[in-house]
Amino acid sequence: MPLVVITTTWHCPSQQNDTVMINERSRFNRRSCTENFISVMTNVSLQSSDYRRRQSLSPANCFLEKAMADEEDELPETELSYDQKKEIAKWFLLNAPAGEINYVAKDLKAVLSDEEVYNEAAMEAFPVYNKSHMICLEMPSRAGDVIVSSYSEITENEYLDPRTAQVAIVDHVKQICTKVRPANDEELPSLYIEEYRYALDAEIQRYVSESYPKGMCAVNCVKGKDTEGPGSDFELVVIITAMRLSPQNFCNGSWRSVWNIDFQDESQVLDIKGKLQVGAHYFEEGNVELDAKKDFQDSTIFQSADDCAIAIANIIRHHETEYLASLEVAYSKLPDNTFKDLRRKLPVTRTLFPWQNTLQFSLTREVEKELGLGK
Amino acid sequence: MEAALGLLRRMPPKQSETALSALLSLIPQHSSDLLSQVDLPLQVLRDIESGKDFILCEYNRDADSYRSPWSNKYLPPLEDALYPSSELRKLEVEANDIFAIYRDQYYEGGISSVYMWEDDNEGFVACFLIKKDGSKSGHGRRGCLEEGAWDAIHVIQVGPEEEEMAQYCLTSTIMLSLTTDDESSGKFGLSGSIRRQMKMELAVADGHLCNMGRMIEELEGKLRNSLDQVYFGKTREMVCTLRPPAEIVQMRLPDT
Repeated sequence: MPLVVITTTWHCPSQQNDTVMINERSRFNRRSCTENFISVMTNVSLQSSDYRRRQSLSPANCFLEKAMADEEDELPETELSYDQKKEIAKWFLLNAPAGEINYVAKDLKAVLSDEEVYNEAAMEAFPVYNKSHMICLEMPSRAGDVIVSSYSEITENEYLDPRTAQVAIVDHVKQICTKVRPANDEELPSLYIEEYRYALDAEIQRYVSESYPKGMCAVNCVKGKDTEGPGSDFELVVIITAMRLSPQNFCNGSWRSVWNIDFQDESQVLDIKGKLQVGAHYFEEGNVELDAKKDFQDSTIFQSADDCAIAIANIIRHHETEYLASLEVAYSKLPDNTFKDLRRKLPVTRTLFPWQNTLQFSLTREVEKELGLGK
Repeated sequence: MEAALGLLRRMPPKQSETALSALLSLIPQHSSDLLSQVDLPLQVLRDIESGKDFILCEYNRDADSYRSPWSNKYLPPLEDALYPSSELRKLEVEANDIFAIYRDQYYEGGISSVYMWEDDNEGFVACFLIKKDGSKSGHGRRGCLEEGAWDAIHVIQVGPEEEEMAQYCLTSTIMLSLTTDDESSGKFGLSGSIRRQMKMELAVADGHLCNMGRMIEELEGKLRNSLDQVYFGKTREMVCTLRPPAEIVQMRLPDT
């Protein structure tokens, strides 16, 4: 297993000199940072003698680590290769929170100071990021928005908007839709499927406009789209996405729901699987992230297109509302229950710690006496 | 450098180690700046001689060895290493003992360490560290958390005594992450970090440990509450903004 190796360093803002003073007298016998990171990225286990020494010291409780070189005059032993830089750049882009990839991109460009590597990394990372976050791009001529996702993907730069039967051509890095063209027959589902898709889309739109102040949704057929009539299975996917970006308030959030509806002809049952993911990032003089997800399972009977649509929308509405309520419960339990497992608000005595005003040597004894701790 | 710090602020807190590794390999010329300004979860080593764990940080490190606050020895053994003066060491021992009790009262488990050393201005610097694993399998008393980690780093710079008073400058950093996993709410994870400073001028007669202890207790409490109410509260607000709870939605309908 690769080792991530870090020494923690604390910086009391006005005490930079202390760290330097200690370092001057230290000897350095450490791997450069570069090699460590490469190990992390390429899954190679460290084999240095330092590693073995640390390990033999403390088998049970030692968190294996190696110190990083932080002496100014020590040059890295190996320059990062073009590909390695690119992989690192991609990693940063892909891990940007919802709505923040452009801020990450700006900082990344400054750190990399290598346009070529950045551009190539961006070309590879942006499409993956955009699809996983299901970004919505406005289509020209006020046709509405298209949701970029793996469910609506035709080619890497073309995404189907089933509602308007158009295909949007997008620029992933710029995150815009450059133009649209009408979808051709092979890209659209059959009339039979479209009946179901259309009815479901209408119901979902109604639900989304009621429940989400700024939600977007789409229904795509991902399997069996050429089915002409009853007798075969097909699968529709409902996507609901909402994003709230408030960088001026240092707060961003996103909600993503993906519901796979498997229409099973033989058993005449609709097998429904849902995946909800909610994220929020607040970073004013601090940095906190929420990452919540849940999977759902449900089913209903195979009926006419309109009846199915209503049933599915009800199921989705029910589960999502319930999930939101349980998130609220989780939040309300935080201060007094969940957080307590990390740190209590006050000790069991319900008073502050009895720091005593006594001679330092007897401080411990006084405190123990006060708290009733026997020795 | 600004850009590097910006990147670190946006990456998921749980991935801060990987992010820092990445930056160190991209801009090795800024290593010392980065390492000194970024906080990472604390690492722990066992002092076999005293049978206790201690926390690793830059303040008890020399070359590749770390000094245990229990035995005052470097592990692995190191010749010609740095040690605090014997007077400061006495204070350090007392601090470790009493901080362990404080830690037990608030954290009901976990590991703590205190390190002290003299600074240039006839004062000294003390570093109080706490690491708690609050997960079900760790020291979580109530079994709520699938995963839970709290790392607290308090660095106090104590100025020289002047007219029976001394300046105390405390910089506290808290890093935490928690994940619950249950039937109704699925996987719910919050993580993050926060750092604040506090300066006070206090009477030396009250004792350095008392003064430092009270400051730490106060700031730690404030940070805990801030994280809980303000920071986590904001994420909760965001969720409700994305999808308002059902009651609110129903109330809106009659208007439209």
